[in-house]
Formats: sequence, C-alpha cells, structure tokens
Amino acid sequence: MNSARRILIIGGIALALWGMAYGLWYAVFAEHQALDGIGASLTRAFTGAAERQPERTQAALAQYRETKYVYDRQVDVHSHWIGLAMLLMVLGLALDHVALSDGFKRNLALAALAGAVLFPFGVLLQTVDHGIGPRALAVASSGLLLAAVAIFALGFARSGRISKSS
Amino acid sequence: MSTSIASSQASSFSFPPLGARRLLLLGGLGLILVGMIFGDIFAVFILHQNASSVGASLVAAAHVALDGDSAAVARSFRDVGSFLENRGTKVDTHVHMIGFGYLALLLAVIEPWIAFSPTAKRRIAWLFLLGSWLLPIGVFLIHYVGLAGSPLKSIGWASIFADLGGLLVLIALLACLVGLWKRLRSPTPEPQTDSLMSACAAGTPMLLTGGALLVLLGFASGASYAAFDLYRHEARDVADLSDMATGAASMDATGVDRALGDYGQLQGDKAVKIAAHAHAIEFGILAMLLGLFQPFVALSNQWKRRWAAVLLLGSLMLPVCVFLELPYGLLAGAFADIGGLLVVFALLAMWIGILRYTGHLDASISETRT
Repeated sequence: MNSARRILIIGGIALALWGMAYGLWYAVFAEHQALDGIGASLTRAFTGAAERQPERTQAALAQYRETKYVYDRQVDVHSHWIGLAMLLMVLGLALDHVALSDGFKRNLALAALAGAVLFPFGVLLQTVDHGIGPRALAVASSGLLLAAVAIFALGFARSGRISKSS
Repeated sequence: MSTSIASSQASSFSFPPLGARRLLLLGGLGLILVGMIFGDIFAVFILHQNASSVGASLVAAAHVALDGDSAAVARSFRDVGSFLENRGTKVDTHVHMIGFGYLALLLAVIEPWIAFSPTAKRRIAWLFLLGSWLLPIGVFLIHYVGLAGSPLKSIGWASIFADLGGLLVLIALLACLVGLWKRLRSPTPEPQTDSLMSACAAGTPMLLTGGALLVLLGFASGASYAAFDLYRHEARDVADLSDMATGAASMDATGVDRALGDYGQLQGDKAVKIAAHAHAIEFGILAMLLGLFQPFVALSNQWKRRWAAVLLLGSLMLPVCVFLELPYGLLAGAFADIGGLLVVFALLAMWIGILRYTGHLDASISETRT
C-alpha cells in the first residue's frame, strides 16, 4: 500500500470511527435533550402567545434559536465526518486511476484528509464560539477539500484519456 | 462475455461462488437499489403529504393561540411530533439502506486484504448483510409498532430489533478491522495479487471522473448554501415564528397567516437546497464505487459505457431538478423522480451484469473441474 493510499484509507477509517463515536455520544447524551428543548420552547412560545404574554414568548423563542443553532451544527458535524471519511476511502481505493505523480498524490491525500478533519471541526467550534475564528476555519478547510476533489477529478480524467489513447 | 474471458479474469480477482466479496457486492447493490426505490416511493407518496400535515398542525397551533386556547396549542405540537416521527423514520430507512449498501461495496473491494479464512469472511459478510437489512426494516416499523407488547417503557420491539441490526453491523465491521489489522501486523505479509483497484474496464474512467465531478458539484452547492443561505435562513426561521406568535398574541389573523406562508416557503427552500447538496455527493460516491466494479459487469463495452452514462445523467438530473423544485414546482419534481429512476435502472443493469459474470465464472470453474 503506497503512502497516499495509506493516508486516505487509514485516515478515512479513523475518521469514520471518530464520527461514529461522536454520533453515539451525541445520540445518547445530546440529541434527545436538544429535540425536547426545541419542542418545549416552541410550545412555550405559542402557549405564551395564547395567554397574551409576549415576554414569555420572546424568551422561549430566544431559547429555541440557541438550541436549534447548536442542534443543527452537531447533526451536520456527525454526518459530514462520516460522509467525508467514506469519500476519503473511495478516493484511496481508486488512487491507481489518478494520473498524477506519487509525490503529488501524497500531498493531495494529506490536503484531503486535513480538509475532511478540520471542516466539521470548524463547524463544531461554532457551537461554543460564535466569533469569526471557527467560521474562518470551516471556510478555509472546505476550500481545501474542494480544491483537492477538483484535482482528483482532473487526475481521473487524465487517466481515462491516457488509457483511451493507449 | 465469453466464459474464457471470465475465467481469465478469475485468475486476477478473488470472486469465488458464495464468497464474501460476491455476497457483499450483490447484497450491497441490492440494498442500494431497494433503498433508492423506497426513497422514490417515499418522495412521491409520503414526503409531501407529511409536510402538509406538519404545516397544518403548525397552522392549527397558531390559530388556537389566536383564540387564546393554550391547552389546544400543546395538543397541536404533539401532533407535529407524531408527523415528524413518521417522516424521520422513513428518511432513516432510506438513508441507512443506501449507507449500508455503500459500506458493503467498500468491504467488497478490501475483502482480499482481510486476513481471515474464506469461511470466516463469508460468515462476517452474512452477519453484515443481516444487520444491514434488520436495522432499516426495524426503523421503518417504529412508527407502526410503537410500544405494543414491549417489555420496556419507552422503547418498542421495532426499535429493539433495529438496534440489534446496528449491533450486528458494528460487530461485522470490527471483525473486518481486526482482519485488516492482522494483515498489516503480519511479519511476512503474503503478496496481494488482487488487481480490482487498478483494473480499468469500459465505463471505469467515465464513472470515476463523473463521480468526482458530482462530488465537486455537491461540495460547491453546500459551500454556496453555507455562505449565502444558512445564516439568513436561521434568522428568518426565528423571525417567522416570532411573527406568528406576536400576531396570535395581538389577535392579528392576517399577520399570522402571512408568517405561516413565509415559514412554509422557508422550509421548502431549505429542504430542496440541502437535498440537492446531499444527493449530488452520494451519487458521486456511488458512481466512483461502481467504476471500480466495472470489470465484474458482464456486458459489452458499449453497453457498459451506456449504462455508466445513464447513471451519471440520472445522478446529475436528480439534484439539479430538486434544486429547481421551488421555482418550477411539480414539473421539476417529476424530472427529479425520472432522474432517480434512471439511476435505479442503471444500477439494476449493472447488478444483472454482475450476476451474468458470476454465472460465466461458475460455469467455467465447473468446466475446468470436469
């Protein structure tokens, strides 16, 4: 197994296990609590409206916004880590069909792995820090992933052209 | 394909009758096919009706709040919970079947690197497939079985069997990991002769390139959603709910209805953009995986390329048309369903091609024996 393939396949398996472990923790300790919180705050908001208590309604909606913000990101982190892990493994398996030099493939594999790890991590950080840092991390790492997949696509196309001409 | 070709390829690929790779490949494609057909049926017959019911419950909650009936508000939100559970279990069935199918295909590729006996690998494959069917069927039944006859207070039999399915999958995956680890740790690793990962058949380059481009398209749409829509949608979500509640508190029925309309539009906009993003990436990964298995598809080169093109066309049509559902409505929805059907047909054709390959291979093996 060459180094690029090892990075993609072992990195992918590790990331998938990490994503699943995170999902398990999330399902047991966070998801039901978050869903209950979202449902309860919405019910409180509308009950407050029915009882003509606007302060209670606004307080409940503020709680809904915060809980939903965290819930959406936690679900996204879980699904993106596992989805990206699967993509890394598939790219690793198909690496022989990428018509690029071994050194370049190794760097490309490292870039793809870094992007796949850091992009969901940046999203996860947004749940504890609403500042610009986590967003910048998520944007930069997703850009890295986009560029890596674009180069993989180019490598597949070159390989197809080479095999056609030979 | 002639039997001689099949037998010459048999020497370079591990693909024995009822072996782990064959079980995982055919079983995995079967899971993806059933998951996709279920997804199409769900989209046509359940998704929209269910969304209408959720919307109707929210309308009811807003109007009873307008009337000042706080007990009825709580009842309306309980109905929303039931509709969401129905929808959630259908989505989970669809997603898990396809996800397990992808995993099965991945395991089929790496099967020769798992350092166990063929019998042990076959048992692991059966275990994986059993769990992969049990979990989605269990999840599907959760909404209908509920807590009937369950020995537990909050978890019904359907959930118990779904969890058992998940456990079986997890055990099978761990066993595969142990097998891989054993090979990597082996002091004198046997040279690996399986050439499936480097074999290039007709259709392979098209599926790999097209798949990577689909993934790229999905990434680009996701990035665009995050950059231009996510925060706007989150702000509008709360603003619409606030308008509904404020309208109800001030007995402004027109304001409540306007906010409800805006909220429905917002949910539709969000749903189609996320679905387009997710489907483009999933179909891209599927195309790349199928590209690796083209040497097992016993069809002529021309037909291999045609089915690869059909699969890519459907894979592009579905997310693009889903994205266009908001401005073009049912017309775009119909084209999205046609895209899904094209993918199903192409997948079925490849599955039949692989079955033909196994037939040729087994016939050539029995000829050699006699």
